[in-house]
Amino acid sequence: MSETMNTDEAGVLAPARGAFDQDWRKLVNWGLICALALIFVSLTDMPDKLDKRVIVEPLLSMGYLSLIWIPVALGNFVTREVVLEGMTQHKKGLRELVAGVSVGAIGGAGLALLIWLLDTRDLSDPLVNWNDALLEVLSFGEGVGYGAIFWILASAGLGLAGGAFHLLSAIANRLLLAIALTIVLTASLESALDDISEGFQLEWLFEALFEKKGGLSVQGAIILAVFAIAWVLVLGGQAKRGRAAVTARRELSPTKVNTVGLVLIAVAAVVLPMFLGRLTNDLFTNVGLFLLLALGLNIVVGLAGILDLGYVAFFAVGGYTAAIMTSPSSPGLSPELPWWVAIFVVVFMAIVAGLFIGAPVIRMRGDYLAIVTLGFGEIIRLTVRSDWASGFTGGAQGILSIPGADIVGVATVKGTDPQQVLYLVIGFVAIAIYVSWRLENSRIGRAWMAVREDESVAEAMGINTVNSKLQAFVVGAILASFSGAIFAAKVGSVFESSFKILVSIVILVIVIVGGMGRIAGVAAGALVLVGILGGPNQPGLLAEFSEFKLLIYGALLIWMMLKRPEGLIPNVRRSRELHQDEFLQDAWLKAQANDDDDEAASGEVAPA
Amino acid sequence: MTTAMRSKARPRTGVDWFLTFLRVLLTGLVLFGLLAFLWQQIDPDNPLASAINPDANRLSWDAFQGLVISGLSQGAMYGLIALGYSMVYGVLGFINFAHGEVFMVGAMTGMITSNKLFEAGVWEDNFLLAILIAVLVSVICSTVTAVVTERIAYRPLRGSPRLIPLITSIGVSFFIQNTSAVLLGPGAKSYPRLPDWLRDDIGIGPFDIEGKKLLVLVVAGVSMGALWYLVERTKTGKAMRAVAEDKEIASLMGIDVDRTIVTTFAVGGAMAGVAGILWGILFGSVTEFTGFLPGIKAFSAAVVGGIGNLGGAMAGGLTLGSSESLAPQLVLEPLGVTGHTQLKDAVAFLVLIFVLLVKPTGLFGERLSAEDRA
Amino acid sequence: MSEAVASPTPLLEFRGINTHYGAVHILKDVDLAIYPGELVCLLGGNASGKSTTLKTLLGMVTPTTGEVVLDGEVVNDKPTSYRVERGVTMVPENRRLFKRLTVKENLELGAYLRNDDGVESDLERIYEMFPRVKERLNQKSGTLSGGEQQMVAVGRALMANPRVLLMDEPSMGLAPALVQTNFELIQQIHEEGVAIFMVEQNANMALSIADRGWVLQTGRVVLDDSAEALLANPELRASYLGDGNR
Repeated sequence: MSETMNTDEAGVLAPARGAFDQDWRKLVNWGLICALALIFVSLTDMPDKLDKRVIVEPLLSMGYLSLIWIPVALGNFVTREVVLEGMTQHKKGLRELVAGVSVGAIGGAGLALLIWLLDTRDLSDPLVNWNDALLEVLSFGEGVGYGAIFWILASAGLGLAGGAFHLLSAIANRLLLAIALTIVLTASLESALDDISEGFQLEWLFEALFEKKGGLSVQGAIILAVFAIAWVLVLGGQAKRGRAAVTARRELSPTKVNTVGLVLIAVAAVVLPMFLGRLTNDLFTNVGLFLLLALGLNIVVGLAGILDLGYVAFFAVGGYTAAIMTSPSSPGLSPELPWWVAIFVVVFMAIVAGLFIGAPVIRMRGDYLAIVTLGFGEIIRLTVRSDWASGFTGGAQGILSIPGADIVGVATVKGTDPQQVLYLVIGFVAIAIYVSWRLENSRIGRAWMAVREDESVAEAMGINTVNSKLQAFVVGAILASFSGAIFAAKVGSVFESSFKILVSIVILVIVIVGGMGRIAGVAAGALVLVGILGGPNQPGLLAEFSEFKLLIYGALLIWMMLKRPEGLIPNVRRSRELHQDEFLQDAWLKAQANDDDDEAASGEVAPA
Repeated sequence: MTTAMRSKARPRTGVDWFLTFLRVLLTGLVLFGLLAFLWQQIDPDNPLASAINPDANRLSWDAFQGLVISGLSQGAMYGLIALGYSMVYGVLGFINFAHGEVFMVGAMTGMITSNKLFEAGVWEDNFLLAILIAVLVSVICSTVTAVVTERIAYRPLRGSPRLIPLITSIGVSFFIQNTSAVLLGPGAKSYPRLPDWLRDDIGIGPFDIEGKKLLVLVVAGVSMGALWYLVERTKTGKAMRAVAEDKEIASLMGIDVDRTIVTTFAVGGAMAGVAGILWGILFGSVTEFTGFLPGIKAFSAAVVGGIGNLGGAMAGGLTLGSSESLAPQLVLEPLGVTGHTQLKDAVAFLVLIFVLLVKPTGLFGERLSAEDRA
Repeated sequence: MSEAVASPTPLLEFRGINTHYGAVHILKDVDLAIYPGELVCLLGGNASGKSTTLKTLLGMVTPTTGEVVLDGEVVNDKPTSYRVERGVTMVPENRRLFKRLTVKENLELGAYLRNDDGVESDLERIYEMFPRVKERLNQKSGTLSGGEQQMVAVGRALMANPRVLLMDEPSMGLAPALVQTNFELIQQIHEEGVAIFMVEQNANMALSIADRGWVLQTGRVVLDDSAEALLANPELRASYLGDGNR
């Protein structure tokens, strides 16, 4: 509903509205939201805890960034104009700036209030972050007055900047965004880049960009800015064409394969693990494991449209099966199979689990299905943990001493060698990506998409919806179980606490943020979320985000849903759900009328 | 075509056979367990028990009624929370996953308030006043949380296919949970010590009910009564029912649909807030995860009773609570399941799955709006 | 017993109304005027925009350009309740009663916005008009027959004391025998001084009781004339009347 369309008038922009022609109530509302957001972020202690991570030394740290983006974003959003056909669009001018400043100023005032309160009151019970450290960070150690005035002015200025984005051309906006993203991303990847540059003898590049004590140098930031500008300008044209083509074939379009990009990624995947340090390799292994899980869920949710909230159950099945089959200390059954043989058992168990969990839920309403699968996930976890099953699963103590992955003819991947594990993970991820890609373009994939779009129509087309959905379940289960088996070998033990609902939800966030159904998006999602911010039980590159990452994931999920992710609501289905089939009939009628005209023109009598 | 027509017209597939098998299996296990239990009660050393449950003992009346009361009081709280799920599903047609966190907010703010009252001495000197204040604060905070989430996260999605607001509500749930953890600190936080009369048993007929459990049952009952009055007898209630049935036509009557929806969220939130502080009183502590499991169980209760149906929600809650409490002793243990109490949480989900397999519209039937009945 | 007199100020008007659904243009430059006490009808086939017209009159759809004018006041951004309060109500297509609520509750909801004391006496008037309704007051309205539901729906709309009653396909879903009775009922209400704006596919019936009419085709008003003129119009006869299509 907020798509910009061509106006049927001449597309003339109305003159800019007066600087003070504002909806003042709206400004005050947004200002208060800005204030609340700034206060909230402060109370989470992000400014303090994230202060160590320097983005550009000595200008900007992640801590201050967590506050700064708020007035900029809100200062921009407050004057966003939603354009519909037939409505006039106004030229942007002083009005947008004034709006931005107002919103920012009110926000800053809120923060000033907080600073004053921090100084005069003690609310550390119940707000645990209410302490002097926070006060110092907010006031730069210069006292309440300084801090208060600083933030009112700074926030107003940032709001102004946010509003100013409206005045710049689209290209300028994109450039600025690219510069900002490049700088922040590069700064976040500092430790990984350090490893890589060492391995490739590119220390000089690293030193040119980064300061010794951490963070980008100003010179480094400038270099990156130039690079970003070049990137956007050169690739901008190319990307635009690509995007237009994808939009045109949206729903049933296969994932576009960019061969050059693919080769680059393949080379990187083979070469990089050799140069990254132990910790970084371990990190990427985690990313890989989650990517494997996300690819599986992508098939279930993204392709087939089934919201499985108990997906972690299949991860558990894979892990526990591998553990039981390979570990010498597995209670009950202990065949001590080599890992590569155990994998076959794992696949078998995954199929059984997929069918067992899928069959009862397959006919339920989508939302009930979500809750029931969640329930199944919990039932499995609780059962595995209980004394009753502990003779088999080790109960709360889990199963230990899982040997590494023994792959006959290739290697024995020891769980303690991150590089080897990473290669194993990369191998499986590559298989999963290939399988996903092929499935998407196959008959099954098309059946899934039909079921996702409109089940009754799919059924009428002759597709066996029950079987299709079960197939999706099973494929997803197999991929998840692979991840579980590798996880078991890597860690050397399995405990039920690794298989909580939290994991299912994080995987869901990755799939949704990555853009449902799109493999590249899911991969990017896994990389950014698990790699940088951290997975449910593991820290990412930016370990300081550990206590905040779940909060951010929740906010991301909400934001993605409000933004209306593509692929989840195709136009046709949504329109029917909104009872607006009128316009469809209208179009049909028009087509009929045109047919009639043609026939009449050719001398035939128009049918009644 | 209705679902009933469709399912009869469709040929029996493998999945159908499997589902019938599951239904029979579950029903059979439950009945077998109950029978084994009864036999065990009569003769703990009977041949069946010796074979599968050698440590069998008779369940005493005290223990039994203790389980029943626990189950009912917990079920009453599930019921109060379930009301919110039912109302929102009845009006907007989606599962508000974040409703469990609204309950948690009630429990948390109740904890903060009661601790502050304790510090001020009011908690011990004038408990009734203190508890009244705490309940008020909890209800206000829960209601505000519910209303704010509706405004920010759900209203923009009005009319979307129901999975979208469900996923959004998962995000909201996550966000609220972690807000609590980050702002208030992670880990369990306790309520102050309850006065003695709440911790002692009160005799009512053949039952000896712990004071606080009686309090829970009474407060839940009163809240249900107030809700019934609101929904059946007031103009606002009529508007809520009209909007729940047909939003479009309700707006034709001049009813402000948006405001009625906000009221629905608010009332559901208030009920959850009451449940929250009751939970805190009953169990004495609260964490950021307190809302999660009870939330899902309460939703299951709403489904068990018949989604959209308010009486059903409370009935479903009581049923679920009692089942959860009694099943380990009455069904699992006689079947020889060791560590049966650990599986208590699993029982709730199994009841949900069982009801969905056997009577998907719930014990008392669904009440959905015109659009959602498809 | 007042006669329909066209006074110079219309009660309810469309001026140059355009509506869209996303990118699709539905109503195109529609002009309508309903004068107090008139009985007018809007004709058109499926998906001509008839439903959208009603929704726009009531405020459920916002026009992209043009003005909806009530008593001379532009009400584009005023909510449905504003217009209902000022005497614009609708009997929806297929009745759409609150099936789980009783007949009495449905009627009372019709008077939701009213605070005056006339509610009780108006209820009595409805009972007089529809004795069958009175018999079933405490039954859930979903249990009534089609014809009875139609009576309750009309009664519910009348409880708001409307000055103009919008009716969406009143003959839809009614047994043929009831259609005639239904139209007589509409005339009866009209004689009480209520203006009626009827959207109908059954052009014959509608034009037989109406004063004026419009014909809508793919969102555009193609004919605008008195009822007699429309009945006599050859194009209309060909498409909507005589030759047995619907």
